[in-house]
Amino acid sequence: MGWLDRLKQLRGPVPHDDIPGRTQALVVRGNEFGFDEFGLSRDSVRTAARLARWLYRNYFRASAFGIEHIPAQGRVLFVSNHSGQLPFDGLVIGAATFLEPPQPRLVRSMVEYFVPSVPFASYLFARWGQITGTPENCRRLLAAEEAVLVFPEGARGISKPFSKRYQLAEFGKGFMRLALEMQTPIVPVAVIGAEEQAPAVNVKPLARLLGTPSFPVVPYPPFLPLLPLPVKYRVYFGEPMTFTGDPDDDEEVLDEKVKQVKNRIQSMIHLGLRERQHVFW
Amino acid sequence: MSSGDGEPRGDEIGGPTEPTLPRLRKVVITGISGRLGRIVARRLHHDLDYQIVGLDRRPMPGRPKDIEHHQVDLRSKKARDVFRVGDVDALVHLGVMHDPRARPAELYSWNIAGTTKLLEYCQAYRVPKVVLLSSANVYGPRPDNPQFLTEDAPLLAAQRFPQMRDLVEIDHLVSTFLWRAASVETVILRPVHIVGPVHNAPSNYLRIERPPILLGFDPMVQLIHVQDVAEAIVSALAPNRRGIYNIVGPGEVPLSTVLQELGREPVAIPHPMAKPILSLAFRLGFSSFPVAELDFIRYVCMVDGRRATAELGFRPQFGLRETIHAVDELA
Repeated sequence: MGWLDRLKQLRGPVPHDDIPGRTQALVVRGNEFGFDEFGLSRDSVRTAARLARWLYRNYFRASAFGIEHIPAQGRVLFVSNHSGQLPFDGLVIGAATFLEPPQPRLVRSMVEYFVPSVPFASYLFARWGQITGTPENCRRLLAAEEAVLVFPEGARGISKPFSKRYQLAEFGKGFMRLALEMQTPIVPVAVIGAEEQAPAVNVKPLARLLGTPSFPVVPYPPFLPLLPLPVKYRVYFGEPMTFTGDPDDDEEVLDEKVKQVKNRIQSMIHLGLRERQHVFW
Repeated sequence: MSSGDGEPRGDEIGGPTEPTLPRLRKVVITGISGRLGRIVARRLHHDLDYQIVGLDRRPMPGRPKDIEHHQVDLRSKKARDVFRVGDVDALVHLGVMHDPRARPAELYSWNIAGTTKLLEYCQAYRVPKVVLLSSANVYGPRPDNPQFLTEDAPLLAAQRFPQMRDLVEIDHLVSTFLWRAASVETVILRPVHIVGPVHNAPSNYLRIERPPILLGFDPMVQLIHVQDVAEAIVSALAPNRRGIYNIVGPGEVPLSTVLQELGREPVAIPHPMAKPILSLAFRLGFSSFPVAELDFIRYVCMVDGRRATAELGFRPQFGLRETIHAVDELA
């Protein structure tokens, strides 16, 4: 038995996915050239879905729970915890909503403002449906009944050190304002596994020297979190939450609502950690 | 009841829309000798029967006999005389000069002083309508731009490329005038990249057989057919319309798709090298690509045109394919 077979045995069986069929079933508002207003094209999504599926099924061997909570249509905000130095949690959530429910959903995540100035990422992210994270963009997509993924912890979450794993960082309030203004249900999402994909410590002096928010270092070559470890991902989708109220309310009123979402995600994380037997399988 | 007799119908006046409002008759167009100016003049004069007065420091060969043309500097006394008569019903200001090969100081003086003078004349001689053709470029291409900028977004184009400052400053001048001169209906149009048989930066760029692009960048772009821009100007001339409007064409496509549709073979240049290479090529005369516009092929600078649709009733008539191919219409 070769090493490849041994790896395959370790991985376990992989379900079949009909990528072309699912891509075709996506709702894409394309023009005569096949692009939507943000630069998404079905052809690019198909390619990206193949890659994402391989990572989702073979590398991370992800399992998704609460798939019935993914709405088949209509505007929705997925709100998730953010971790792991590299944004593979976004990819896993996107793959789950694309591969798992009967009607595939294309999730559009709000990416950092610097992404459009990075060569290749600048347009590839757009072709795959990822958008620059401005409130205007989010509003426009929700108005068009699309699904948007936000990480309210932002950079604070993804770059937190290993010692703070599964503790939620402070949530921004922007997502709640948008949900209230656009009358959009929030589906809370908890991702388990990403925290261990790059167990990093933050070297503060280097971060200060380079002027970056953090400087993560991992205890194995190449010591920088460039590739994730093949952890097992578990994604939990919670029951949709609806909020009503004035989006311009006082901070305290909004804080109360944000806290409800944060608590829900935190309890889903605790549940996921209890159910998990091992980091890698 | 009323059988309809005795009620004046719109037939004699020429159209069923707003028959009771007085039609604008005499329109002054600056920059009339350019290709865009000629297209706008033709639309207003030939199709809609306006009386046209052209102001341009270039001659206008081959103009129809009944188009009046003054080959003058906007800052001169002769330009004032055109307005002094007092029968001008509207000014359409297209005379923003952005010749990349002209001296910056001369451009600045022409553009800023010229526009200031024009606005002075309009206020002094009671011109009821001013239409400025600005550009959606005034917002500036930036990595953190929302996908669609609205009219109240800040005009940041000059931040990275000072060559854009004239464009921004003229827009600011006229916006200030819009709020200050209450008796004048001022309309600022900010169209996206105008393409067609015209000599402007986007059309010239799209006509290059092997245009430079930036390696790893392929922003979404918006184009508009020059005829649609003329149509937007027509709708801005209608009475009771004032304000600032983004004017958007038939849709959004990646730059690469536009080039592919036109059969071009783009040359990818890594972005850190693009500025020195292109400015050298420009100085040596190998390329006509203005380096100031480099960020337009790197970042999105797209605008939201919903206000113009709602308030001006403007909708582009040309489809995406037609608009793209319009750059090759140059005779």
